[in-house]
Amino acid sequence: MNWPDEVYATLRRRETTQFAYVPDSGHKRLIELAHADPEVRAIPLTTEEEGVGVVAGAHLGLARAVLLMQSSGVGNTVNFLSLIQHCRFPFLTLVTMRGEFGEQNPWQFAMGRAVEPVFAAMGVATLRADTADDVQPVVEAAIGMVDRGGQAVAVLLGQRLLGAKPFGPKP
Amino acid sequence: MTEATVDRREAVRELIGDTGVLMVTGLGNAANDLAALTDQGDHVFAMDGAMGAAVSVGLGLALAQPTRRVVVVTGDGELLMNVGALATVAVQRPDNLAVLCLDNSVYGLTGDQATHTAHGADLTAMALAAGFPAATTVREAGELGAARELLHKDGLAFVRVAVAPGNTRYDALDRNGESIRLRFRRALAGDPRLG
Repeated sequence: MNWPDEVYATLRRRETTQFAYVPDSGHKRLIELAHADPEVRAIPLTTEEEGVGVVAGAHLGLARAVLLMQSSGVGNTVNFLSLIQHCRFPFLTLVTMRGEFGEQNPWQFAMGRAVEPVFAAMGVATLRADTADDVQPVVEAAIGMVDRGGQAVAVLLGQRLLGAKPFGPKP
Repeated sequence: MTEATVDRREAVRELIGDTGVLMVTGLGNAANDLAALTDQGDHVFAMDGAMGAAVSVGLGLALAQPTRRVVVVTGDGELLMNVGALATVAVQRPDNLAVLCLDNSVYGLTGDQATHTAHGADLTAMALAAGFPAATTVREAGELGAARELLHKDGLAFVRVAVAPGNTRYDALDRNGESIRLRFRRALAGDPRLG
């Protein structure tokens, strides 16, 4: 099984029933699987911060949710992460990274570099996966921290894992 | 624009009363009003921060609890901060969710600066345009009965009540977020040990 299918199966075993997302090519397969699954709600968002609210609301309703987003959307979540921190909501997000390993679009670097400091400032722990073999154990570890440990955790799926998109003229 | 005369406390008494619906409120007056109405009921997740989050939290809750009616109660300023969430809700179209906006056209807590609704932004029209199948505006107390029906019957609905400006107080508002989160979940689950 490739890693997105494995991660989806893991999230479903965890009884994740709400997949809130802003699309990213790195999350393409997970998003397709969520839409195809009659047991879950795939929830397209207009901005990433809505996803933080959705995850909190699902928890209030005794259910489990996950937020899928790209690193460029992490900055949009800051205000709502105050809800997670203040109320000590368990919170799980999977973030596909841009603006790092091999990035060719200069617009991506600023937010890519800010991801870890932003999460640290808002009390969200980060775990990284940079190879396909890393992904499953890292997601499992994050789920344990969130559902048993009551923590807020972001899994950062590195650009080395996802591959850099080609941009601009050939050098 | 005609001057709004509906009293916000009277509006929530008429519209929500003691129905026991699950509620999520936006910050400020909406939190005060619903905490006061329910004596800080366990079924009210009254946020006094995270401005703009009320509708999104209500969506996650409604999808998680499809057999319970969920009402998001918020103000115009809070709703405007993340008005795109109405489109996100409309895509999901949960039959058990309603949004009640107490629209006083000012940022009351910061000194009554005009919100965009004072200049003509129409949140009811925005909800309809976002895809809500039903939305209505209440301009006088006599219209509250019909709005109450819309809020509580099956179906996704949006109700805007044009309320008079002026802040309300509820000195006993519980601002400990972890406490209100735990009370809400434990009451919903009927399990006092839930984390």
